[in-house]
This record gives sequence, C-alpha cells and structure tokens, in this order.
Amino acid sequence: MTGDALLSVEDLTVEFDTPGGTIRAVEEVSFEVGSGETVCLVGESGSGKTVAGETLTRLVPTPPGEIVGGTVRFDGRDLTSIDERELRSIRGNRIAHVFQNPQNALDPAYTVGDQVAETIELHEDAPDARERAVELLDRVDLPRPATAAGKYPHELSGGVKQRVVIATALAADPDLLVADEPTTALDVITQAQILRLLADLQAERDLSVLFVTHDLGVVSEVADRVVVVYAGRVMERGPTEAVLEDPAHPYTRALLASLPGRGESMTPLQGSFPDPVDRPSGCLFHPRCPHAVDECREAVPTEHDASRYLHEERSAACVYYGEGYDAAELEGDTAGPEGDAPQPNAAPADPDDAVEPDRDVPGPDDGGGDRGDATPEPDVGAVDSDGDRP
Amino acid sequence: MTDDPLLSVRGLKKHYPVTEGLLAREVERVRAVDGVDFDLRPGETLGLVGESGCGKSTVAATTLRLEEPTGGEIRFDGDDVTAYEGDDLKRFRRRAQLVFQDPNATFDPRMTVGEAVGEPLLIHGMGDPDRRRAIVEDLLERVGLSADDADRYPHAFSGGQKQRIALARSLALDPDLLVADEPVSGLDVSVQASVLELMADLQETFDLSILFISHDMSVVREFCDRIAVMYLGEIVERGPIDAVLDDPAHPYTRALVEAIPDLGTDEGPPPEPLSGDVPDPADPPAGCRFRTRCPVVIPPEDLDLDRETWRAVYDLRLALERDSLDREALEERVGTTDDALRDGVRKAFDVPAELADPVAESTLAAALDALASGDGDAAAARLEGTFASPCERHEPTPVGVDRERDAACLRLEDRVDGEAD
Repeated sequence: MTGDALLSVEDLTVEFDTPGGTIRAVEEVSFEVGSGETVCLVGESGSGKTVAGETLTRLVPTPPGEIVGGTVRFDGRDLTSIDERELRSIRGNRIAHVFQNPQNALDPAYTVGDQVAETIELHEDAPDARERAVELLDRVDLPRPATAAGKYPHELSGGVKQRVVIATALAADPDLLVADEPTTALDVITQAQILRLLADLQAERDLSVLFVTHDLGVVSEVADRVVVVYAGRVMERGPTEAVLEDPAHPYTRALLASLPGRGESMTPLQGSFPDPVDRPSGCLFHPRCPHAVDECREAVPTEHDASRYLHEERSAACVYYGEGYDAAELEGDTAGPEGDAPQPNAAPADPDDAVEPDRDVPGPDDGGGDRGDATPEPDVGAVDSDGDRP
Repeated sequence: MTDDPLLSVRGLKKHYPVTEGLLAREVERVRAVDGVDFDLRPGETLGLVGESGCGKSTVAATTLRLEEPTGGEIRFDGDDVTAYEGDDLKRFRRRAQLVFQDPNATFDPRMTVGEAVGEPLLIHGMGDPDRRRAIVEDLLERVGLSADDADRYPHAFSGGQKQRIALARSLALDPDLLVADEPVSGLDVSVQASVLELMADLQETFDLSILFISHDMSVVREFCDRIAVMYLGEIVERGPIDAVLDDPAHPYTRALVEAIPDLGTDEGPPPEPLSGDVPDPADPPAGCRFRTRCPVVIPPEDLDLDRETWRAVYDLRLALERDSLDREALEERVGTTDDALRDGVRKAFDVPAELADPVAESTLAAALDALASGDGDAAAARLEGTFASPCERHEPTPVGVDRERDAACLRLEDRVDGEAD
C-alpha cells in the first residue's frame, strides 16, 4: 500500500438488511488500483466482489445495503463520506461502470447513438454530442458506426451491445473503469474481442481498470494484480501470474484445482459455501479447508506477508503464513481431509450447496452458485447510473 | 469402431422459414442446422461445441424430435427416429432424455422435488405412488442429495443442487441416451466441477451415452471422449477430444481454441481474435461458410499479390458485399472528393496505393471509381470476379485428417489431393 494510488479502498465493510437477517457481503476489504493498472477482484458467486465494485460509487441501494465501515479514497477524496451531488460528479464522469449483461444497461426505447450522446451531454455541454457518439462507436469497432448509431439495442448482437456499453462508459473520459464480468455472457471469440478492445482502450487512454470476475482464465489475460475474495473477505493478493501459477492460500489452491480441462485431475471443492446469515467463526474458509487447525476456528486470520515462502510479492490471510506455522505444510494436499476419517470441522455432506435448504435468503449475493443470466447479484441496470432514463 | 453407434445422425437439417404477409409467403429460411452427421457410441460422450447461434441446441432438439427435422436421418439403436409415431415415439422418449442449462427454469415452483423427479414415471405409466417414491428417494441419494429432500420445493435449493435434481429426473426412466445442453454453464466454477464429477459417475452407473452441448471448451475437454465443432449449421471438424483440441485441423477450431483464456502458461500476448460476428444463417456465405472470417482463406492462384495485400482487398470486398462500409464516417474523415475517398478506402483497409499485379490494380481502381460514384454493389461485383477465393467456389467436404478425425476445409482437400498425385 503506497497510499498514492488512484483508488484506495481500506477496510471496506458492507452489510445488507434482509428478512433472513443481516448479511455481511463485504468484510474489511482493502485494495488499491494505480494509474493505468488493471486489478482483478476474483471470486465465486457470493464472494462480495460485485458489491465491492458497486460500493465504490455507492451504486448499492441503501437500504438494504449499508457501508458500515472503511473508506474508499479516490484521487484524494473519501467517496463514502461525500454528498450525493459531489459523488455524481465522479460517478460516470471519472469512475464508469460496465456490467455483465449489456441488455440491462441499454434502454430498449432509444437508439444506441442517442444513448451514447445522452451520456456525453450529461457530463458536459456538448453541441457535437451526436458526432462524438459516432466517433466513440467507431472507436469500439462497431461496424458502420454512423448507421449503427441509429439502431435500437434489440437489433444488435450481445457482443456489439457490450461494445456500445463500453462506448457509453468511455463517453465522459473516465479515469477508472469498473468492469463487472463484462464478458461472462458472451461467446468465447466475442469475449476475446472485447478483452482485446478493453486492453487497447486502456493503453490508449491510460485507464485504470477494476475488473470483477469469477473466471480465472480471464483474470490471467487482463490483470496486473489479483485480489482473491471468498465470502466477503480477501484471501490472497499478489501479481496475477504468480498467484495463478503458485497460489498461496488453500482456497486459491482448491479453486484452481477445481477448474476443468487443465490436463491435471479436476478436484471439486469439498463442502459448501458459507450461509451468508450464519457465517463460520474465524477463517471463513476453515470448514472446507483440509489444513484447518484450532486457531482457524477461533480467530479471523490477518493477511500475512507470504513472500518468504514464494519469493515474490504476496500476502495471504492464512495462519500458516504467520508466526509459529510452516506454510510448507500446505504443499500437496488440496484434495480434502486425508482418508475418509471425518474431520471435526468437516462441512456437512452437502455437495455444492450454498444456502441451507429451507432457508431462502433473498440476499444481495446469495451464493446460490448461479451466474449467467440468473445472477442473484444486485443488478444496477445502467452504466451511468446518475442519468435515470425516463 | 467395433460398437454399432447408439445414435447415428446423417444429413440432419432444420430450417426455419421466415414468412411475411397474410398468405405467410416464405421470404427466407434460417438454416439453423444444415446437414449434420455424427455418431454416438454406447457409453460414449460426444461434445458438440460452437458459438451461440451455430445450431448446436437445434441439433439437440431435433435429435430428440422435440422439433421436427427438415431433412436427414436419425437412427437410434438401428431404428429410424424420424419415422416414429405414437407409442414408438413415447418409447424413444423414455430412452432418450434431456437436461437443460438453467436449472431454475426446469422446475415447476409449485411441485415438490419428489413430484418433479417422479413425474416422468407417472407419465410413463407407473401409477403406484409408493414405488414411485422409493425410486425417487433412491435417485436423489444417487445424485448426492438426501431422500428427505423429496418433500422440499425447488426454491430451497441452490443452482448446483437443482442441476443435481434435474439429473435425477432425467434418470428416472433409466435412459440410454442423455442430451445435456450446457448443463454446467450456469454454475460457479467450484460447483461445476462437482456436477461434472457426478455426471461422470452416473454415466458409468447407468451406462449412458451422452451428447454434451457446450460452448465451454475446458468443460468439454474435461468431460468428453470426442468432439464435433459446429459453425453456422455445419460440423467443421470432429474427432477424439485431445487430438482436436491439441492440434486443430480446421481454422475455426483453431480460432476457438486460441480464444480460450488460459492461465498464463504461455508468454506473450494472446493471438488476434477472429473479427466480426457469425454471418446470418438465413444467407450463409457461398462455398465454405467460414471463409468470411477465416484467417487463412486461400488466395486465388492467378494473382501476383502477397498474402497480406490480397487479404486487405478481400476484406474490402466483404465489407462492400455486406454493405458495411461506412461512407459517411469515411467522408467525414478524408473529405468528399473522389480522389480523397479512393485513397481513404485504400488506407482504411491497408491496401497499398498501387497493387503490384496490373490486372488486380485495374480491377481495384475500377471498383473504387464505382464506389466513388456511389455504386457500392457495382464495386463489389467488380472485385468479385478478380479477387475470388477458391474457398467461395468450392464447398468443402469432410476429409480424414488422422485416425477417427475429419475436417471440412479446402486446405485439407488440397493436401490430400497433393498426396494422391
């Protein structure tokens, strides 16, 4: 933490008030994004990654959401404490968002050219907004931009719509782009095209990008640094390549081992995702961790510097990297408890359940193991949410 | 190939007519599936992959006769499925089951899990509720849930659990064939792994043949024995999974494989992704359907142009044909005079100021004149004669690449011809 990063999030904690109880979606999360840098928040559904991204510009509706602690410093100002009017000069203008589903971000009743132009006009007085909109559409490689500007969202494919959303996000020339699963709903070739476009735009405009995704493959393509989150807490952070090739935290290891098609044997993560209203004590991952010891149940592990084991910049929130433990003991076994002997802390036999059956918690991020179109994550359906469309 | 295939599909076609007006006159047809062949052997898993819109889900629906095929032959256990009617069709549907992508849309929210899983049994004539219950409980346990879960409602389960329940229901009638359409695409990575593991177990226990439809190459590699790659209604390559994915023979397969983000094992920037979208299936390109996006489309032999230059002119031609050249934007950039426009088009498509081949240059110049005078179609027509690729004149047929593998690409046909000479 150098302190002079463009964005510096510290100890951010966000809670949601639900009928089932209070859910802590994000807990004491800290990260920084420097100028021109891409940082990835990576985690499964329910990890709090989306809420963390949306909280930066307070897109999370309050209530039920509430920032209960921490700071979000952007270019010297704490965004958690400034008033709505001041925030509006930052949101969309200096921090723009791109979401997973371009369909939700575009208004079906307006042409895409109008929507991009409207965003330009919202942020400055621009008589040439329409021409600039076409230029932007051209920049995001829309075929025949002048004609495309006159089209309605339903006339365009998913990949083209996402390009339009990116054009809208760039309309006010932001410094930071928060891209939340921008390619998850797209085909693999379209995904590659969009990732390439984002990388080009970033280099060209010296953009900082906070990239939120569950896809470790995408992470490896785009990110300089990665922050691994689980159930709302940071598990591990470090340079992307290092984290993916030599993960420190047992969770990161287990997640990588569960990826299909890598030539090595695929090992599903044992146990189930924590119930958001009844979270485990101590380390949130301990019920599923093959290496858990008593201390893991008792105290929330602090982030330890893991570089002495891994020879590179890294930190991991795991007791094994702290005083009196040897992280070398983590080597090898990611397959779960040895043998069939039940671990005292082993998770119930539920194979992949996230929420206790019977208790249907309408949480912000209910960890139901869904993504894609049926995403349970709160959907703030506009790229530029200070411009409520009629 | 000692076993006879359980499922054998030949020349499968499904066209959707697009009609207009009061008399429902057919104005065009969307060729969603246009001549697809594949075999599925007992106990085998075949992955059917491709981008959205390539027709893979339509193959699934027509194979199970959920939609009537427009043409082709589907043989199941030797019988012609397209000829089934009444009881035969019902019997076939007992032996062939389908699992969908979205487990949330699979269940009636007002039916308990037990009712949902037992429903196929009831439909197929098992009236005894106790027997049904016993089978349902057994199935739920086999998919990693508990017998008590039969009395719960779908909303109480997570996505991964619902997909387990969907699997239990699909197995209620002890089928031989399971068609799984993106069964794990809606699930988180770690949940995906456990559902795939379950499917592999069930396949062994029930001796299932699985047609596995997915756009996710990593999942297909993990789970399938063989793979068939679809593009715009046709299969472009098929063969054993590792052979195809490790060393793709068809340029489209190669592009798909290269587009998969991998975990940073290789150095350097990823290769340039394919440009553009899948063409309109109502008006597929002549010859090879992939040629409009193909990075290695074959240049004509009689032109003395380097590959790059020919490619640039070819891209210009495709843009003219698709009417996707943005004249307005171009004029804004370079000005409205004819000369400026001609130069501007060359620059925009990286075409040199003068082509080395005199025939090519005069054709291009004439085409640009036509374009400058506002006739884009004439410009496209001029280019078509001189700059036509063999790929648009010949429809490629599948050619054996190596053991049990074939691919439909003119480059491979040339190689085979060359070897035969």
